Amino acid sequence: MAGYEPRLDEIVFTLTQVADLDSVAKLDGFQDIDADTARQILGEAGRFFSEVMAPLNRVGDRQGSVLTPEGTVRTPDGFKEAYKKYVDAGWSAAHLSERWGGGGLPYIIGVVIEEMFKTANMAFSLAPMLTHGAVEALERHGTDEMRAAYIEKLVSGEWTGTMNLTEPEAGSDLGAVRTRAERQEDGTYRLFGTKIFITWGDQDLTDNIIHLVLARTPGSPPGTKGISMFLVPKFILDEKGDPGERNDIKVVSLEHKLGIHASPTCVMSYGEEGRGAVGYLVGEEHQGMRNMFTMMNLARVGVGMEGVAIGERAYQQALGFARSRVQGREIGGDSKDSVVIIEHPDVRRMLLTIRANVEAMRSLLYVVAAEGDHQIHADSEERRKLAGDRLALMTPIVKAWCTDLGVEMASLGIQVHGGMGYIEETGAAQLLRDSRIAPIYEGTNGIQAIDLVLRKVPVEGGAVVSGLIAEMAAELDTMSPHEDLAQFREELAVAIQGLGETSTWLGERLIAGDLRSALAGATPYLRQFGTVLGGWLMARAAVAALSAPSGFEPDFLEEKVTIARFYGEQLLPVANALAPAVKGGAALLDGAGL
Amino acid sequence: MNVIVCVKQIPDPATPYRLEEGTNWLIRPEEQILDDTDRYGVEMGLQLVEPSGGTVTVVSMGPAGSGQGIRQALAMGADDAILIEDTSLRGSDALTTARVLAAAVGRREFGLVIAGTESTDGYSGVVPQMLAEILDVPALTYATKVEVDEGSVTIHRQTVAGYDVVTSSLPAVVSVTAGVVEPRYPTFKGIMDAKKKSIETLSMGDLGAERAPEQLVLSIVDAAERTAGRKIEDDGDAHEAIVALLAERKVI
Ligand SMILES: Cc1cc2nc3c(=O)[nH]c(=O)nc-3n(C[C@H](O)[C@H](O)[C@H](O)COP(=O)(O)OP(=O)(O)OC[C@H]3O[C@@H](n4cnc5c(N)ncnc54)[C@H](O)[C@@H]3O)c2cc1C
Repeated sequence: MAGYEPRLDEIVFTLTQVADLDSVAKLDGFQDIDADTARQILGEAGRFFSEVMAPLNRVGDRQGSVLTPEGTVRTPDGFKEAYKKYVDAGWSAAHLSERWGGGGLPYIIGVVIEEMFKTANMAFSLAPMLTHGAVEALERHGTDEMRAAYIEKLVSGEWTGTMNLTEPEAGSDLGAVRTRAERQEDGTYRLFGTKIFITWGDQDLTDNIIHLVLARTPGSPPGTKGISMFLVPKFILDEKGDPGERNDIKVVSLEHKLGIHASPTCVMSYGEEGRGAVGYLVGEEHQGMRNMFTMMNLARVGVGMEGVAIGERAYQQALGFARSRVQGREIGGDSKDSVVIIEHPDVRRMLLTIRANVEAMRSLLYVVAAEGDHQIHADSEERRKLAGDRLALMTPIVKAWCTDLGVEMASLGIQVHGGMGYIEETGAAQLLRDSRIAPIYEGTNGIQAIDLVLRKVPVEGGAVVSGLIAEMAAELDTMSPHEDLAQFREELAVAIQGLGETSTWLGERLIAGDLRSALAGATPYLRQFGTVLGGWLMARAAVAALSAPSGFEPDFLEEKVTIARFYGEQLLPVANALAPAVKGGAALLDGAGL
Repeated sequence: MNVIVCVKQIPDPATPYRLEEGTNWLIRPEEQILDDTDRYGVEMGLQLVEPSGGTVTVVSMGPAGSGQGIRQALAMGADDAILIEDTSLRGSDALTTARVLAAAVGRREFGLVIAGTESTDGYSGVVPQMLAEILDVPALTYATKVEVDEGSVTIHRQTVAGYDVVTSSLPAVVSVTAGVVEPRYPTFKGIMDAKKKSIETLSMGDLGAERAPEQLVLSIVDAAERTAGRKIEDDGDAHEAIVALLAERKVI
């Protein structure tokens, strides 16, 4: 597998010119972050992930994490040392609150650090991703004692966190969770039940693991309304707060998977020894689903990031190969010599397609991350609310649009290689295998589309969507003075209008109570929405690049315009082709004899 | 003991280098990075001062640009920096560089000056020796190991055959090879702290240094294209062909 070199100019450009890092830097508490500091931090982070984590990606795939006869997980060679370096350098804690010993950076910078980790080594990055989710859940819903006991160790990365939702009968529908939690006289609980598919459910990197587990208390109402969240440590803390007695939790087995082999996917048994696993209620009883969602939302953005990360790695891998593979003669030239395949228009199209999609996805990711910062730190209630609404609306889009594209781009990356891409040794194949989980976990992409249509589009009577569409349309004015962007502008105008139309159509179906028709079109609608958002932000990038901002070389800016135009003129137009699928209703789907 | 480490900001070697027409000088972009070979010197300095609690100062000559490279050294843990920036220094050669560095180093009290053996963008490989001469202290070069003890420094000096053990009194100049120690990765906290550390910027006037007589770059020749390698098929005697090849190249 080729190495990974973070494209720092592209990252800093997207941060500052597309996602408006400046406006985040002005928020209370973030005054330290200007473009220069961001570049410094991300330059060092990038070096760390490319030198320390990227080389372990192949090792992790080959060896995988394994279950030892003692029932614990052993991670691949080098993971333990690398994890220690990661924690020691403070990368895990960089964007977490200073109150708990974190670095206090904005979320948007944390997102870039995480993106780099995922690009270097997606399977490994899941451990801190879930830990960050656990921090978030405890920060919002934990008791003071709980925070005092656990949060700093999770922030620093000294311990990791996990998310235990799924059970054999409860996947997309978590209302079916059966794991039992019985209240004891001392106020603690004992848990009994089986959880499956638990990512990093055990490991040998840290002295303790903090599981957040969804379970049901006796007599609770059925469905999601009866679910509560519990904190269940692998080792129960002793009086000094150190890991003490082993809790009644067992890793029954690890799954054999298509990809992310380094990430142990555990079947976990709680209370198998009969004593029950000691757990502590997080938040109120029966509020477990809601509380888990605070951590799921960030995790969904985190999974969306995997589309960007895999796409970037696939691009770098394919680009390196295309520059060195000699095959065929130049088309339209007179030389009889064979050329490197990057000279062929069709290969260039593939490379550009990957790159333009990656840069569009990255733009959306950073814009969403910035809303995450505004949601918490903006100085007016109005801005905080807008940011919250935008974040909620765009979260399922980031999750599903980016991860679907991640798989497609990893596949295209293989195509660039020809036969060598299909051979494991080359490394392109691992990217495709790894990418495939992202559309499934943290809520399948189908569930994301439903979330978008049923829960996000109707917010404020559709005003959040129409407000966003109006803002997109405003970008058309900034494009007008640039002749080079004339065709892009035309395509964007048409695409925005098309999105407005499908949104209205869906809104009408919802009002009419025709949910089946609305949901039949949910997935193509989400795809259309993502594609148009990509067009809008690539337009913003092109306009910014044409204004020659300081800190970037002219060559870089010129290339950015080219990539943006390629997206706008050749990829964006498919958005409207999805409209018939969005508006097709359920008739044909229901009519087919499946 | 205080240590001074000479470091250089260079254009990112991952990007294509461009030369100015006429002068053949390297065009230096605004964003330069710390020369990778200098990370070894900084790490060595940090390790040497650790027991005694002395300071590590980095000294650098060249256009400041964004100063990113200097701050990379500070992020590793160096205490402060001196940067000599002066348009009159454009295109200066090894001797001028050594004079300027010596003048800057001379402003501080130091036990040891550490430099890399050669920079990745210039490769002259003589600055540390010249610097020692001008400072009038011993030069210990090509160190693969450095130890400091009560007023003396001992190094392993890499040679073709192995290494020599070289000892001298302090102060001294030591040039270190890549691999002398494993450079640490800056911590996030180190990076943030680096922003607050002092970078003293000096001009030639401040230093009272003089430029050496000029070195001119008369012409530049493209490196020969890499030719295709030679494949040796192994029918059981490939090792002989390889031995012969190595002997032909005088490797063995
Ligand atoms: C490698 C891996 C790691 C994982 N890590 C974790 C983890 O750390 N913690 C954890 O709790 N879980 C984890 N999971 C579980 C994961 O989140 C679930 O697999 C996922 O939510 C889907 O649930 P399911 O597998 O039961 O599929 P199902 O829910 O059975 O879905 C099957 C298909 O039906 C569709 N579908 C289901 N319901 C509906 C509906 N109402 N409307 C329309 N379509 C629907 C889905 O979109 C999907 O296409 C992991 C899974 C894997 C494979």
